[in-house]
Amino acid sequence: MLKIINLHAKVGDKEILKGIDLEVKAGEVHAIMGPNGSGKSTLAQVLAGREIYEVTEGQVLYEGRDLLEMKPEERAAEGVFLAFQYPVEIPGVSNPYFLRSALNSIRKHRGLPEIDAFDFSALAREKMKLLDMDEELMKRSVNAGFSGGEKKRNEILQLAILEPKLAILDETDSGLDIDALKAVARGVNALRSPERAFIVVTHYQRLLNYIVPDFVHVMANGKIVRSGDKSLALELEQRGYSEMDDLAVSELVR
Amino acid sequence: MTTLTELEPILTSGPEWLGRLRRQAYERFSALGFPSTKDEEWKYTNVSPIAKTQFVRAPLDGLRPRRQDLPDLGCAVRLVFVNGRFAPELSTLEPASGLRAQSLAAALREGHPAVEAHLARYASFEKQAFVALNTALAEDGALVEIGKDAAPERPVHLVFWSSPGDAPVAVHPRILILAARGSQASVIEHYLGTPGSRYFTNAVTEAVLGPGAVLDHYRIQDESAQAYHVATFQAVQDRDSVLRSHNLAFGAALSRNDINSVLDAEGAEGVLNGLFLVDGDRHADFHTLLDHAKPHCASHELYKGILDGRGVGVFNGKIIVRKDAQKTNAIQSNRNLLLSPDAVINTKPQLEIFADDVRCTHGATVGQMDREALFYLRARGIPAAAAREMLTLAFAGEVLDEMRWEPLKERLTAELHEILSRAMEGSAA
Repeated sequence: MLKIINLHAKVGDKEILKGIDLEVKAGEVHAIMGPNGSGKSTLAQVLAGREIYEVTEGQVLYEGRDLLEMKPEERAAEGVFLAFQYPVEIPGVSNPYFLRSALNSIRKHRGLPEIDAFDFSALAREKMKLLDMDEELMKRSVNAGFSGGEKKRNEILQLAILEPKLAILDETDSGLDIDALKAVARGVNALRSPERAFIVVTHYQRLLNYIVPDFVHVMANGKIVRSGDKSLALELEQRGYSEMDDLAVSELVR
Repeated sequence: MTTLTELEPILTSGPEWLGRLRRQAYERFSALGFPSTKDEEWKYTNVSPIAKTQFVRAPLDGLRPRRQDLPDLGCAVRLVFVNGRFAPELSTLEPASGLRAQSLAAALREGHPAVEAHLARYASFEKQAFVALNTALAEDGALVEIGKDAAPERPVHLVFWSSPGDAPVAVHPRILILAARGSQASVIEHYLGTPGSRYFTNAVTEAVLGPGAVLDHYRIQDESAQAYHVATFQAVQDRDSVLRSHNLAFGAALSRNDINSVLDAEGAEGVLNGLFLVDGDRHADFHTLLDHAKPHCASHELYKGILDGRGVGVFNGKIIVRKDAQKTNAIQSNRNLLLSPDAVINTKPQLEIFADDVRCTHGATVGQMDREALFYLRARGIPAAAAREMLTLAFAGEVLDEMRWEPLKERLTAELHEILSRAMEGSAA
């Protein structure tokens, strides 16, 4: 589904991604872990099409097509979804209006009929129930005045409604209490399917107790330095990133 | 402008007191001349395109709009004026209790005493050349009287339609709104014209709010994009009255709006909301004046500008707090959204405070489209043009949401949607 080959990216003069290789197949869940500044959030944003990052080298193929050539909205319409680390507050745009516009933009791209306000409302209610979300949030502007946990749940609600093929979760667990974390994980797990893939970017192993990955990758200094199965996350938890970093360096030197 | 011989019939028409007033105003205009950019009040707005044009009086047999071209906002009373003159066959007058709306020319003909008692008593033409010009040359307009404790449910809709002739036409509509004690009403002034036509509207409105009166005043300037539009709104507020002014401007090549209110007795409240959009080479200037003359009055002002292309906007928000006006509470905010690197906004708060126990705040912002928000919407599949439009409408929403007459709000939201979708398609990222 997704093939990243020797991806380099910079912001301004600063190179952040220094040669990423990763292959994600349909049905798989990949966790990307690493310390702050390792480039894992940059990778997530580059995949979604954030324009402040400039790709200087490498390639990303999504379902055999050049993902980097596509506009952010095209990527979304083709089934790429990024759950933002910092969801943006948009006062004056109502949450349901935004969500329905997004869904209908994507449906239009796929040649499906638009969904009306009534059917949308039923769909949203069903998904909100799954995430244990307060229906009041559908009366407000997008993320405006939402707590940290509400914003993250709103991201997963969007995920559940838009039903992408490739979902990238960028530190969705950061700052969540255990109840919110469980609700988010429940939402994600309900969406796991043989046709859908997840890339879960996280700083903490805790999330992976609830969203069990098939593969774990460790990023340091703009590269994936180690890959393994879910046991790698546990190892990381015990040994810490700094040691992993040293290990990675020694591996690279070797 | 037109020659004096041509103006003679207007300057001498009507009752004697009016003739005197007209001649006095005309003399004043002749002495003042058109303002220049050397005048501090007109620093950013050059009216020479108006001064240099040879405008004519509207012909009596000019083109008339079709009924379906006129906006229908579901109002019980709709007075339509074509090139400044009342058009009874296009107007609707359902009787409403406690409300009387009629053509000003008709009120003058019947010698209605309220006209003489109030006309030109509030909008001074001492220093205001355009007010002087209007006072001298106004041929028609509206007299709206809301009786004591009356609360008509639906607004009074005044439609001013300009249509093209052989030469550019100048019209000087004059409106007088008298809101008696305890009344509550809405008046919509709606300025439109045949698309593509060049003409000059120079309107003056005076509104008198009695004790406890509540008036929602809507000014919708939706003139042709080639038109010139100058207007002054002057209100005087008695004790505990509430004025809510909604000032929306989407049209005209060059426009200037003065919105003024005197909070002339304790407990009066003035709310000024404004929203304007300039694109292409269009220019829009808004001067507001809240004169806090007495203690315990409040004012709340929010003006928002959307500027695209090489559009130029001017906002000058003046608040005077007189020596007696203790416990004044005045809040002013001007926010501008620049959609193009070539658009310009000149914004200036002007506070003159002579009392010591007051609370006055003001703020102005000039910003561009929020890039983070734009990316967020696009990352959810919303195309760039639609996302830009969505964010711009959200910006405007704060002002539109204050409008209480739903059919008007819907019409303006749809219109803004149409203008923006055209603009955004053109400049899609």
